[in-house]
Amino acid sequence: MAELDTQGADYEAEHVHSVYEEIASHFSSTRYKPWPIVERFLKEQSDGAIGADVGCGNGKYLAVNKNVFIVGSDRSTNLIKIAKQHEPHSTIVADNLSLPHPPGTFNFAISIAVIHHLSTPARRIEAVKAVLDIVRRPSSPGTKDGGKALIYVWALEQKNSRRGWDEGHEQDVMVPWVLKQKKEKKPKRRQGEMEGKGVVEGSEEKQDGDRTFLRYYHLYKKGELEQDIGEAGGVVLESGYEKDNWWAIATPN
Amino acid sequence: MKLLTLNFLTCAIKTCKTNPASFPLHPRNAELEIQEADINLPFLKNILPRLMWEEIRTIARELGLPDLPSTPPTPTDLSISTSSTAPSNPDTSLDTDEPSEAPAGEETPSQTALDLHRLLLETCIQEGILVCGSCGHEYAVKEGVANFLLPGHLV
Ligand SMILES: [Zn+2]
Repeated sequence: MAELDTQGADYEAEHVHSVYEEIASHFSSTRYKPWPIVERFLKEQSDGAIGADVGCGNGKYLAVNKNVFIVGSDRSTNLIKIAKQHEPHSTIVADNLSLPHPPGTFNFAISIAVIHHLSTPARRIEAVKAVLDIVRRPSSPGTKDGGKALIYVWALEQKNSRRGWDEGHEQDVMVPWVLKQKKEKKPKRRQGEMEGKGVVEGSEEKQDGDRTFLRYYHLYKKGELEQDIGEAGGVVLESGYEKDNWWAIATPN
Repeated sequence: MKLLTLNFLTCAIKTCKTNPASFPLHPRNAELEIQEADINLPFLKNILPRLMWEEIRTIARELGLPDLPSTPPTPTDLSISTSSTAPSNPDTSLDTDEPSEAPAGEETPSQTALDLHRLLLETCIQEGILVCGSCGHEYAVKEGVANFLLPGHLV
């Protein structure tokens, strides 16, 4: 896959950040059910543990465990305004590559459906490293007793999903989000269900007032997340595939 | 933003993180608001060992809040033992149908616990800035949300 010069921070600002800022409230209304592995990971944490939710979005994972304290962060102010209701946790606006936490602070961290929005391999590895940096370090290298980080990314291999991507497909895709302007009933099939890098503008007006926003995603292929974790200086403790996503629990080496 | 959050925040600029002066961030021109929340005594006891007490004292002082004791409370300081204040009542053994209102092990928060809860989980910075003691960068807090996005040249 060719890396365009345009990819990087500016590219993500246009094709990721500004989109979430616009679709925040509609996006949030569709994101309420926690994924089972994330839920299990959060419930396993001991009472009083301190965690970070990097790219917390609307804060749906902040509702899972009230006996831990989580600092949720997201780049979208509009999503953070929604996320902030979850007690006893706390939310801030921050970039996942410039997190305002002292290194080695947290007992655990999660970063769910976030790292696939970074548009170059180096930035994705940096994002994994940023999550590993804020969890507690091991007592000595290789002991694996440091803090644990759960990372989730969208999988390339999802031929049974409605997107239908699979092995061999282009991994860098633009995924539409249709923001309905009117309540009138629409056909089930969503509009603009095709990806085409750089073909369509960030948003376009539909005749009936619907707006389609395109978000950039890097679809992870099997083994790629584990590889990124290794390059970021982490050790994979557990990993797997769940509902169109690759996930891994990692700890600093 | 709850004051407890400041215990886990520093400057977002990478080069500041190795400088001890970047922690904690210093609140300035802060508008505080009390947002009441239910007290969770086990939670409070469990986070106690994670508190950077000296830094929390500094923050409280900078916000003009009452002085905190020089040493942090211990878990036992946070509860009033119920076993001594509520001696066993022979009648309770008869009321087997009634669920016990205070199950064994339930503890009453002490004044110290209430104070700590108020300070860390109910006292919120609504407006103001957080200043890095290392580089002087100011992070705005608006409507209770601190913003750590950096201008391009500082990333
Ligand atoms: Zn600084």
